[in-house]
Amino acid sequence: MLRFIVRRLLQAVLVMFIVSALLFAWLRSLPGGPVDSLLGERATPASRAALSKQLGMDQPLLVQYWHFLDNMVHGRFGTSTQVQTGADALHIFFQRLPATVELSIVAIVIALATAIPLGYFAAKRHGGLLDTGSVVLSLIGVAVPVFFLAFVLKYVFAIKLGWLPPSGRQSADLDATRVTNFYVLDGLLTREYDASWDAIKHLILPAIALASIPFAVIFRITRASVLEVLHEDYVRTAESKGLTARIIRGRHVLHNAMLPVVTTIGLQVGGLLTGAVLTETVFAYPGLGDALAQAFSQRDYSVLQVLITMAALGYVLVNLLVDIAYAIIDPRIRTR
Amino acid sequence: MTTAAPAKTETLLAVRDLVVEFGGRGRPTFRAVDGVSFDVRPGQTVGLVGESGCGKSVTSLAIMGLLPKRGNKVAGSATYDGTDLLTLDDREMRDHRGRDIAMIFQDPLSSLNPVVSIGVQVAEVLQRHRGMKKSTAIAESRDLLDQVGIPDPARRLKEYPHQLSGGMRQRALIAMALACKPRLLIADEPTTALDVTIQAQILNLLKELVVDSGTALIMITHDLGVVAGLCDEVNVLYGGRIVETASRHEVFARPRHPYTTGLLGSIPRLDGSRSEQLAAIPGSVADNIPWTSGCAFAPRCSRALEVCRSEAPPLEQDPTAMEEHTLRCHNPNPAEGGEPA
Ligand SMILES: Nc1ncnc2c1ncn2[C@@H]1O[C@H](COP(=O)(O)OP(=O)(O)O)[C@@H](O)[C@H]1O
Ligand SMILES: [Mg+2]
Repeated sequence: MLRFIVRRLLQAVLVMFIVSALLFAWLRSLPGGPVDSLLGERATPASRAALSKQLGMDQPLLVQYWHFLDNMVHGRFGTSTQVQTGADALHIFFQRLPATVELSIVAIVIALATAIPLGYFAAKRHGGLLDTGSVVLSLIGVAVPVFFLAFVLKYVFAIKLGWLPPSGRQSADLDATRVTNFYVLDGLLTREYDASWDAIKHLILPAIALASIPFAVIFRITRASVLEVLHEDYVRTAESKGLTARIIRGRHVLHNAMLPVVTTIGLQVGGLLTGAVLTETVFAYPGLGDALAQAFSQRDYSVLQVLITMAALGYVLVNLLVDIAYAIIDPRIRTR
Repeated sequence: MTTAAPAKTETLLAVRDLVVEFGGRGRPTFRAVDGVSFDVRPGQTVGLVGESGCGKSVTSLAIMGLLPKRGNKVAGSATYDGTDLLTLDDREMRDHRGRDIAMIFQDPLSSLNPVVSIGVQVAEVLQRHRGMKKSTAIAESRDLLDQVGIPDPARRLKEYPHQLSGGMRQRALIAMALACKPRLLIADEPTTALDVTIQAQILNLLKELVVDSGTALIMITHDLGVVAGLCDEVNVLYGGRIVETASRHEVFARPRHPYTTGLLGSIPRLDGSRSEQLAAIPGSVADNIPWTSGCAFAPRCSRALEVCRSEAPPLEQDPTAMEEHTLRCHNPNPAEGGEPA
């Protein structure tokens, strides 16, 4: 098991290395690179040359890449030019991180808590009304664009019905104490439960929008996987032993059916950032996705760089955790 | 008549006119089992023999209540110890399965849950039916693995199916099946998926365990060689119907049905080589000739007469036999050696 983890860690380092090379190549090849974005379109050739030199852009590419890597490893991503002018890009990342993590956790919990039971029962009553209904729902889940779903949710439940707030993380009139910047958690820690509740209300709509695709994907995989496992010989063996329906469901069906689902969960968590860009924009939710959208449209390269690097790192880490979880639930991997 | 007569009054399992149909919902219905009746007395070993597809597994699954919940119809009765199993609901059936009637299957690897340790898979039966705590059940499982001849049972308990050999896996499945000392064990081709050398070991183990514990055994096989070493009584199945029933001795000494003779021709020889599968019987049971237009075996039968193709033969006592020997054939093999000396 330890060897397995070490091997996966080395793979993770390699992936990050490749990501950094791609990122470097991409940033250098953009039209209107960092010099333009810092000086604006109307800078004189002299000042351009001076800045280029200052940024080290006159040096050989490999040397530049080495500096790029060195800076990245030491957390020097530069200062933001647009999103929050003058602020350290890494600082912006850490400032925005809790909002997106909070949103992502709620979204993935919603997705798992609905998709897995629904997938199980749909498979169990294969061809029935629940099955057909939830398959249609999951098709809608993947087919409807996230931003459109976000708009509809916002329009119906926030603007028309007024049940939930339309934007932000917390109501402006609430003077909540900050501890961790995870607002729901802060409210619990400081016993300002109204602040927690307010934060939850702000999370519901964006989280539902964000959960739509993971829900659909996890539901479909769960359903297909359970359908397959239900026909396995070992389920018949379990039935022949007269075990209770509960043991058969958990130990014999779901445990096996979850193996492909776990892998999917890793991929879906990784993909949440893409969804977060759209959802956070629609709900003016001040998280990483919102920052990424701004940084991209305003060519704030320091911020872009830190966000892309961290997204890749997060993706790699989540999938590392997923692989470990997989090894824990599948002895065939663990005992190899 | 032999001394078996008094035991006949006591029947552990009586299967009567069992019919299983698949289909419905647009698909044509297909009778996999077509009026099967047989008895199993306590401690007795009964063989269900026939080629693949003749309805052996479906018969046993119907008795166990393990057929798919939808897409089939079961009729007839299977009376175990005074209760018709076919009328029980799901909950009541779960109480019987694993405790009174247990089953082992053909492919030991696919029949074991790959992600649960052997120990837990044995212990769960004990926890379920004997109300044991997990730790007690695991300790008892260790003894059970020991009894079925698994070396180093304490270590094997913690291992997973992929870490065991084929023979070891089947031993573990036997341990699970016999954990609660059931009165009836159904073994559905328990050695078919195993190496030839292991097959004999597993059959000997089954024989030993069944004799020691007095468990009745329904032995399902396509191989009359297995029957020869194990069964007290043999039922030969063809196309979902029993075509011949007799004691083991009768079947081997005076097989009357041409199909049985064909099966006997395909018994593996002692040197391990197997004569051509059913050399004596051309065609295969997969042709699925129903019994409605004559004898289902007639198209493949070398002794078929005109009447065989128009009229299905009834199951009747062989008048030349000295003991119970029933037969479904218009033109059976000549009864050589059947007459008293
Ligand atoms: N679930 C099922 N649905 C439809 N047909 C089935 C099903 N199970 C078995 N059958 C059919 O019933 C017949 C008898 O099958 P089975 O009892 O498994 O044969 P065997 O004697 O080899 O064990 C076969 O023709 C098989 O195709
Ligand atoms: Mg079979």
